[in-house]
Amino acid sequence: MTTTTPVEEDGVTRRDFLYVAAGGLSAVGAAAAIWPFIAQMNPSADVLALSTSEVDLDGIEIGSEITAVWQGKPVFVRHRTEGEIKKAEDVVIANLPDPQSDEERVIKPQWLVMVGVCTHLGCIPLKEQGDYSGWFCPCHGSHYDTSGRIRKGPAPKNLVIPPYEFLDDNNIRIG
Amino acid sequence: MSFEPKNSAVKWVEERLPIMGMLHHALYEYPTPKNLSYWWTFGSLAGVMLVVQIVSGIVLAMHYTPHVDLAFESVEHIMRDVNYGWLLRYMHANGASMFFIVVYLHMFRGLYYGSYKAPRELLWWLGLIIFVLMMATAFMGYVLPWGQMSFWGATVITNLFSAIPIVGESIVSWLWGGFSVDNPTLNRFFSLHYLLPFVIVGIVILHIWALHTSGSNNPTGVEIKDKQDSIPFHPYYTVKDLFGLAIFLIIFSAFLFYAPNYMGHPDNYIPANPLVTPAHIVPEWYFLPFYAILRAVPDKLGGVLLMFGAIAVLFALPWLDKSRIRSARFRPIFKQLFWVFGAVCVGLTYMGGQSADGNIAEIHGMVPVMIDGIAQMKDGVPLMEEGVTFAVTNVLVARILTVYYFLHLLVLLPVIGLFEKPRPLPASISEDVLSKTSPVKEADNA
Amino acid sequence: MLKLITSLSIAALVSMGIAGGAHASGGAIELKSISWHHGGMFGTYDRASAQRGVQVYREVCAGCHGLGLIAFRTLADLGFSEEEIKAIAAESDYVDGPDGEGEMFERPGKPFDVFPTPFPNENAARASNGGAFPPDLSLIVKARADGDNYLYSLLTGYTDAPADFELPDGMSYNAYFAGHKIAMPSPLSEDAVEYSDGTPATVDQMAQDVTVFLTWAAEPKMEQRKSIGLRVILFLLILAGLFYAVKKKVWSDLH
Repeated sequence: MTTTTPVEEDGVTRRDFLYVAAGGLSAVGAAAAIWPFIAQMNPSADVLALSTSEVDLDGIEIGSEITAVWQGKPVFVRHRTEGEIKKAEDVVIANLPDPQSDEERVIKPQWLVMVGVCTHLGCIPLKEQGDYSGWFCPCHGSHYDTSGRIRKGPAPKNLVIPPYEFLDDNNIRIG
Repeated sequence: MSFEPKNSAVKWVEERLPIMGMLHHALYEYPTPKNLSYWWTFGSLAGVMLVVQIVSGIVLAMHYTPHVDLAFESVEHIMRDVNYGWLLRYMHANGASMFFIVVYLHMFRGLYYGSYKAPRELLWWLGLIIFVLMMATAFMGYVLPWGQMSFWGATVITNLFSAIPIVGESIVSWLWGGFSVDNPTLNRFFSLHYLLPFVIVGIVILHIWALHTSGSNNPTGVEIKDKQDSIPFHPYYTVKDLFGLAIFLIIFSAFLFYAPNYMGHPDNYIPANPLVTPAHIVPEWYFLPFYAILRAVPDKLGGVLLMFGAIAVLFALPWLDKSRIRSARFRPIFKQLFWVFGAVCVGLTYMGGQSADGNIAEIHGMVPVMIDGIAQMKDGVPLMEEGVTFAVTNVLVARILTVYYFLHLLVLLPVIGLFEKPRPLPASISEDVLSKTSPVKEADNA
Repeated sequence: MLKLITSLSIAALVSMGIAGGAHASGGAIELKSISWHHGGMFGTYDRASAQRGVQVYREVCAGCHGLGLIAFRTLADLGFSEEEIKAIAAESDYVDGPDGEGEMFERPGKPFDVFPTPFPNENAARASNGGAFPPDLSLIVKARADGDNYLYSLLTGYTDAPADFELPDGMSYNAYFAGHKIAMPSPLSEDAVEYSDGTPATVDQMAQDVTVFLTWAAEPKMEQRKSIGLRVILFLLILAGLFYAVKKKVWSDLH
């Protein structure tokens, strides 16, 4: 830019360049300085370190469930009955608000593991209730089926399946 | 050139809340003396530090737990686990020291150039109130990490109030919320440490308001007489202050990143233990001159009174200084005494950090051997041994400095104002500036 | 005349400072000083030394001194692998629970656990150590003036007491401990540990290694701090230069 400017205006452009450079650099500095103040609210190292939980499946009777804790959230671990599994598998997927087959939601059909937080506004649904005998959220009336899929009510998504793996037949690790 | 908004939205706001006009006035219309030196930068630096402390403090409070069992650990949690927690905490801890450095320089600038004199007495008072509030805030903040110095500093300072006759003990247990410094004390200190900075912000607004009412003082101490003497604050002083800020931030960063614990005390990395007092209790450096005055007095109440008196006397300064000339540049005697006073303040700071019972200098020689206060004799001649013949004790030095501190403010200032013959003042600020920038011109005129 | 008084008083203050400094160093004990790898503006922790230091801590110090602020997971900073960290953690047991029946149970340590403290509380620690309390070492380097040199000096400072020195029973003489009477017997002896990297385990070597480890433990973010600091200061130098140029430009049209 300066090369095309006539000599007599050189003083003006040099000044403008200085102003822009100083202003721009200040803006960069301010943005960099703000980052630690924002990043400090992200999960801290000790919180991140607690991001896996192990659950012992031994002793969870067929037709019952326990609530484990993973990253501070409830995780429903349900030992489903044959009837519940069949009911979940027989649903016509195309008609669902959030289409997903039961196979996509389990590793072993008898064990349903999902985050027990309603996808509407974060309440905790009640088990074995609602129009589909699955879960029912009392806050705003969302009905989930025996696979934890949303069937009726304001919630937009199925209950979330956390990442988990079977360590052996009786132990899973969530996270 | 008053503010005439062209944008209709700005105009709409302006008719209801003339905030843009106020800013415009402060930046473009408020006449600032054209000869302010870099000593005038410390005011805005203090403002920057107040913001830094409030912002970093608020984010630290998101991770800190004000409970005796958890406070120390939560600070270490900040240092180790919170993202950039170490940066924020070191910023806050060193920021407090930086804030005091800047404010002390700002105050000494005011002392040198007589900025406290009429019509700026209230401006000076508001500044002193900010200073007192800062000390209270800093003291309570230092308690929060709940280390050994936190705990014993809190114990010693709150015990000062027990010197008050009759009600002293009741006041102390009221401050503590118990019978020693404990959880209730920590909780209330946290609450007040969070509150007071916002009170400071309020006083700062009044301080700036008062400044804009009487105008800035300047190195000549001569008031603005006409348009020639002044320039708008923006861009001249905004850019000058920005340069000063950048230099200041380099110094701040050097401490923050390379010597973050230099101004702290190692004992504060030991968790508070109510049963063990550290060998040598010292407050943070910015309290040391006052701590030296406190220890210089052998009487408990007297020491406390004199310590608070050292600050209180500053409120009377505008009336103690009898000279009508503001700037030390034109007051030959005052100028010398100012530097002595400055040295005395530095000396008090140094003495505050020394142990209470040591000697600062000793002369060694032969002294009689004493046992239980009785000189030992042998063959009718006193037994002699190598020893200290004369000692300048820390307490003695602190006493001399304390006496001089008050002597300067209460006696010397009023007296020299009466007989000191000031050097001739420049007719105006611009004349003073011209005589400096173009000495040839001045010679021509002469 | 007054100028003279000023300069005299300044000179007096300066010499007072020197005298005070001399006085302080006369009272305190002068420490051995090492040129540490982590010293200076660009210093970083010597990883190999720190890893050996972990071994010294675990095999020698951990019997009496806790490290209650240090989580095993953070050892990754010193170059330990995930498997090594899991193995170190699993060597200690932790009380957890309650389980489904409401009982507390013991489980092996996990990376998110902190180093164990050897005594349940201070009283128990004092009872087992002849009334002395072995402090937690998490912050020991920052809790002592010139902490790394102090720790190194202390660990290598055990000597026989001078003939006229009265040493109570159960105490040891240490040239660098305040008062020279220390309740901790000399913790390090030749080949107290066997280093896996083949470094000869001399007392001096072990003292240095454990000091490096504990310096890291006290200030684990030092390297990040220094590297960010360097960038911040370089940036500010450029910014200050620019502001100075702008300031000169702005003020140049004034006169």
